[in-house]
Amino acid sequence: MSAVAPNAPQHLRRDREQGWLGGVCAGIARRYGIDLWLVRFAFVVATAAGGIGLVLYPLLWLLIPAGDAPASAPRRAPRGRAAIEVALGTGLLLLSVLLTFRALGIWFSDALAWPLVLVASGGALIWRQSLGSREPEATAVGSTPPRPSRPAPATAPLTPTPAPATDEAGLRGRIAAALDELRHEEGRRAALAVSRTGIGIALVIAAGLVFLQATGALSAARDVLLSVLVAVVVLGVIFAPWIVRLVRSLTSERAERIRSQERAEVAAHLHDSVLQTLAMVQRRAGDPQEVAAIARRQERELRAWLAGRPAPGAAARLAPALEAAATDVEERYGVPVEVVVVGDRDLDPSVEAMVAAAREAMTNAAKFGGGSTVDVYAESSDGRTQVFVRDRGPGFDPKQLPSDRRGVRESIVGRMERHGGRATITSSADAGTEVELVLEARP
Amino acid sequence: MSEPRVLIVDDHQLFRAGVRSELDPLVEVVGEASGVDEAVRAIHELGPEVVLLDVHMPDGGGVEVIRRVAAEVEHPPRFLALSVSDAAEDVIAVIRAGARGYVTKNISGDELADAVRRVEGGDAVFSPRLAGFVLDAFAGPAPQPESELDALTPREREVLQHIARGYMYKEIALRLDISPKTVEAHVSSALRKLQLSSRHELTRWAADRGLGL
Repeated sequence: MSAVAPNAPQHLRRDREQGWLGGVCAGIARRYGIDLWLVRFAFVVATAAGGIGLVLYPLLWLLIPAGDAPASAPRRAPRGRAAIEVALGTGLLLLSVLLTFRALGIWFSDALAWPLVLVASGGALIWRQSLGSREPEATAVGSTPPRPSRPAPATAPLTPTPAPATDEAGLRGRIAAALDELRHEEGRRAALAVSRTGIGIALVIAAGLVFLQATGALSAARDVLLSVLVAVVVLGVIFAPWIVRLVRSLTSERAERIRSQERAEVAAHLHDSVLQTLAMVQRRAGDPQEVAAIARRQERELRAWLAGRPAPGAAARLAPALEAAATDVEERYGVPVEVVVVGDRDLDPSVEAMVAAAREAMTNAAKFGGGSTVDVYAESSDGRTQVFVRDRGPGFDPKQLPSDRRGVRESIVGRMERHGGRATITSSADAGTEVELVLEARP
Repeated sequence: MSEPRVLIVDDHQLFRAGVRSELDPLVEVVGEASGVDEAVRAIHELGPEVVLLDVHMPDGGGVEVIRRVAAEVEHPPRFLALSVSDAAEDVIAVIRAGARGYVTKNISGDELADAVRRVEGGDAVFSPRLAGFVLDAFAGPAPQPESELDALTPREREVLQHIARGYMYKEIALRLDISPKTVEAHVSSALRKLQLSSRHELTRWAADRGLGL
């Protein structure tokens, strides 16, 4: 995101959100704090007075770089329409310039005027397409890739023990579905871009033909055209494999990223559940009955998770989910956990991840907090949700955690980040440790 | 300065005994009562300065004790609600009836004694849970026409949020860069608003508890 505050930009940037054509006026208005309509009016006056505005505007458009769109602003109208509008606008603008010249008595010839208009329109289409094409790409990278939805448990076999092979197949299926969706999306975008670039190229070529036809040089140009065609084909054959490879490596990189995210999620879950249980089993090895109970409980949880069902007893609201997590931690570690919730909300996947992270924070607080009460405070208002987990233990330095301690790094910080939130840990020897989890409101 | 004289009111004998054994070395426990009538009588006879009051009791609970004492006693003691874990409307009702604070039973003996001394000195005592209840009660838009009593100031909200997160007054003062006295002032102001506000949610709770304020 841009570090520049949206209402006081440091540099002159075109503002394409507010602008009509290239956002030149809007950019100037924003940078210098002048009313947008005043700037536009000045340009109109400059145009009427000898056509200065008409020359100035395209010049500024070329020279002033486009600014970042403010994060909160809604996305622009579909790019396809915008690109065509720009092409038409450029063509018409140039046409009006030429007509002005014609009215002033400076006229080259029709053979030059019409091709120029066509070239301007086509050129605008191609340039806009190729120069602006990184923009949709950036949004796609910035946002989290589409999360694979879990398979509906309705089709799950009714036998009490689901075969492990099915679960693995389910996981693979989810990843494959996500990849498919991604490829589809990319295909659609590429097709749109190609068709728009194609129109632009056709316009420019048509302009060339019209010019040659009008000046009678078409027949002479035929030989040149042929050699150019041959050159294009040769270059295409040479570079085709390279281009194909580039596209493929980009796709496979995406796929790898999705796979590693999925793996991190699985690892975080296993750490919270199975590894914790194993640690408990070791500590209570002297009590076979309790060990059996812990193992049974873990087995139920793991089966439910593999089958894509919510854990038994899971609640659909934030407050009961946090209470349940607190009760569980209290039972396991014998440390009181006090939960205060202000403004409850429904659970969705990211809030569920938040509860899981909070549970991990409570577990850490109970384990390392020196037996002090663990205070949990959650507040949810206007779509923003915060959870604080605090103990009064001896504290620790978050930077000096050994790298194999997955708890804080993966189960809390990593998990929140994967779901578009964040986690902050503050710790000191005299004030204990506080973990703050935040999920911002969705725009 | 002598230690405050305390009366413990709760219908569970075990609980009274537990609190008494924790408090005895720290403050002067002058008596116990197990019900509303007994509590009112004990306040008349013993004249305690602070009454630790259970929210839930037969015959009207803590709210009834506060109401009858307010009507009958010339210099009523200060009340501090002490309970395990109750519904928001019960706790809010006791506070609106006149209690100076609410603490949960899992508070340590030292902290409880400290809370008793603060209530005796006229301060308000908020546990994390009470802070949460108050924030909840004052969440959402204030009713129209808006009165100063119907909404918390941003600073009051911030202080209550810190209490809900488990911070002590001294720690809050340090974090917000204000004096502990100012923290105390914000808390007292929040308590005053809770007692005097005519917010719909608060009056509804009061009406449900037969307070009719």
